[in-house]
Amino acid sequence: MGKTLFNKVWESHAVRRLPNGQTQLLIGTHLIHEVTSPQAFAMLRDLGLKVRFPHRTFATVDHIVPTDQAFEPFADPLADAMIKELRKNCEQFGVTFFDRKTGKQGIVHIVGPEQGITQPGTTIACGDSHTSTHGAFGTIAFGIGTSQVRDVLATQTMALGELKVRRIQVDGTLRPGVYAKDVILHIIRMLGVNGGTGFAYEYAGEVFDRFTMEERMTVCNMSIEGGARVGYVNPDDTTFEYLKGRPYCPEGAAWDEAVARWRAVASDPDAPYDEIVKFRAGDIAPTVTWGINPGQAIAIDETIPSVESSAAADKESVAEALEHMKLTPGAPIKGTRIDVAFLGSCTNGRLSDFVEVAKHIAGHHVVPGVKAIAVPGSQIVALQCQKLGLDRILREAGFEWREAGCSMCLAMNPDKLVGDQLCASSSNRNFKGRQGSITGRTLLMSPIMVAAAAVTGVVSDAREVFPTTHPASN
Amino acid sequence: MALELITSIKGRAVVVPGDDVDTDRIIPARYMKCVTFDGLGEFLFYDTRFHEAGGEKDHPLNDPRFKGATILLGGNNFGCGSSREHAPQAIYRYGFRALITEGYAEIFFGNSTTLGMPCMTASKADLQTLRAMVESDPSLEIEIDVENRAIRAGGKTFPAELRESARQALVTGHWDPIADLLEGEKEVDATAARLPYLAA
Ligand code: SF4
Repeated sequence: MGKTLFNKVWESHAVRRLPNGQTQLLIGTHLIHEVTSPQAFAMLRDLGLKVRFPHRTFATVDHIVPTDQAFEPFADPLADAMIKELRKNCEQFGVTFFDRKTGKQGIVHIVGPEQGITQPGTTIACGDSHTSTHGAFGTIAFGIGTSQVRDVLATQTMALGELKVRRIQVDGTLRPGVYAKDVILHIIRMLGVNGGTGFAYEYAGEVFDRFTMEERMTVCNMSIEGGARVGYVNPDDTTFEYLKGRPYCPEGAAWDEAVARWRAVASDPDAPYDEIVKFRAGDIAPTVTWGINPGQAIAIDETIPSVESSAAADKESVAEALEHMKLTPGAPIKGTRIDVAFLGSCTNGRLSDFVEVAKHIAGHHVVPGVKAIAVPGSQIVALQCQKLGLDRILREAGFEWREAGCSMCLAMNPDKLVGDQLCASSSNRNFKGRQGSITGRTLLMSPIMVAAAAVTGVVSDAREVFPTTHPASN
Repeated sequence: MALELITSIKGRAVVVPGDDVDTDRIIPARYMKCVTFDGLGEFLFYDTRFHEAGGEKDHPLNDPRFKGATILLGGNNFGCGSSREHAPQAIYRYGFRALITEGYAEIFFGNSTTLGMPCMTASKADLQTLRAMVESDPSLEIEIDVENRAIRAGGKTFPAELRESARQALVTGHWDPIADLLEGEKEVDATAARLPYLAA
């Protein structure tokens, strides 16, 4: 009988069984950033240990960087202390740091793929829950806590229990104006925010076969929002094409050997799965969240749920969400006024996201009173956008164009919501307080839907605002 | 090298209501701007405990009757969201030594176990009973029997779940895996040598 990619990678990286029954798993690549690594380095010093594989450890700075300032020191002394601490740790322990002056800095989950560090059939760990993004390459990529960052720094391994594998198959063709972000919001809505507990998600089917790498990354990114520990797509020609020629990828004969290995690591056709869940692409609509977790989502033409209409188990959380969001149960989500529009994050801060928005936004303008910011996920994405003139198109449409970083995805840098502002956001979390104000409100959606909200001032169906996304109505 | 054996935990409890309590709520991101975990305890559940302008909100952790509680009773999918270990660190440093909920997000569960803080799971009905007992008598002592996966309070015994690997790790003093991982050094090299992308 065949094996899944997850099982193959797990077996090839299993070092030994630990006394508690868990597996000691070898981590091929360790990505680190400024927020979850300083305590781990401090523990390493306390224990008198070195970084075991410094050449397999890569650092960047993303969460705390201000996006409106390209120079140091940062205005926030705490943030400034954190970047200095990371710089010092990387120097002392011999770790490669994609610092801002290298021109390669960016959100850790954008930098890894961009540099070709993220490769099929490998294991990756990073002290950040969205590490699942790297699974788009057929990588088993774990988000970990700081003690585990210490474990990986010190031993290049971590202790883990094996996961079950659920294949999520999406077949058919997505309707025009429906994007990768809608696919994952739909999956989480259907399977629940803890539906993936104990599972690795394997995304498959015709939709994933056709998806670009950036689309696959958007979906894998939010696996964690569905409760899954990791998410991945089997590697194929799309994967290899994306990787070819990237700085950390092999070349020449070594490249051919690598591709042969990568092909072989994909799940076998007769691999057994613990579960298989199927979705029809045609059932997926542009989707937005209305509540305070990513599973509280509806199609753009649906109405906001009420406590009464919700299942018994959900009533409490629906009531809490409605109270926080200050939305009217039973009302359409379309037409809800927004204050802020945020384009960016490790979910949707890549070149294709800005290309898609720029393609449709020409001739439109952000309505007065709405603050709209566009934040490239990395310095390289920023440069690519500038070469194509996308920054200019977005600026002309009324977006502020910023420096690379996590920005308004979370409240660790100056980009924050104020009071109970409502934000149309291309990021991945709509938790209370996530965007920096306790009473702030977040609606998750695709970049094109963020753009549609920005130019109309209300939550809108992008297919109506930009008929160009929807050739049928042309 | 075994650490302290965590077989049983006794203490008073406090109820933190709600399902899907995420790690942003447990420790707001702005308190992660730090290079050490020291002092994180004071910021636990900060935004639900304090008003923006200062002053306490109505929150069980601000209720003097529950001061000194060492066991946290929560809802389902506790600790979802960000992988920040700052969340269990804040809970531990505030003074908690164990949690009982209906279920946990995976990373939170792992992070907590590594701190030697057992994450027990109980049924919805039993949790409701326990909550009611604690709320009517805040001085009630609860005993968590990690070894036998049970919770005892007020003369009653409730079954509890705890993943076997975590139970083993806690009761044998292997909850922090670093020592065990370090011992596998030779096997690590052997495994790496078999992987072309690492051998290069
Ligand atoms: S963009 Fe947001 S989710 Fe992604 S790494 Fe940064 S803070 Fe985390």
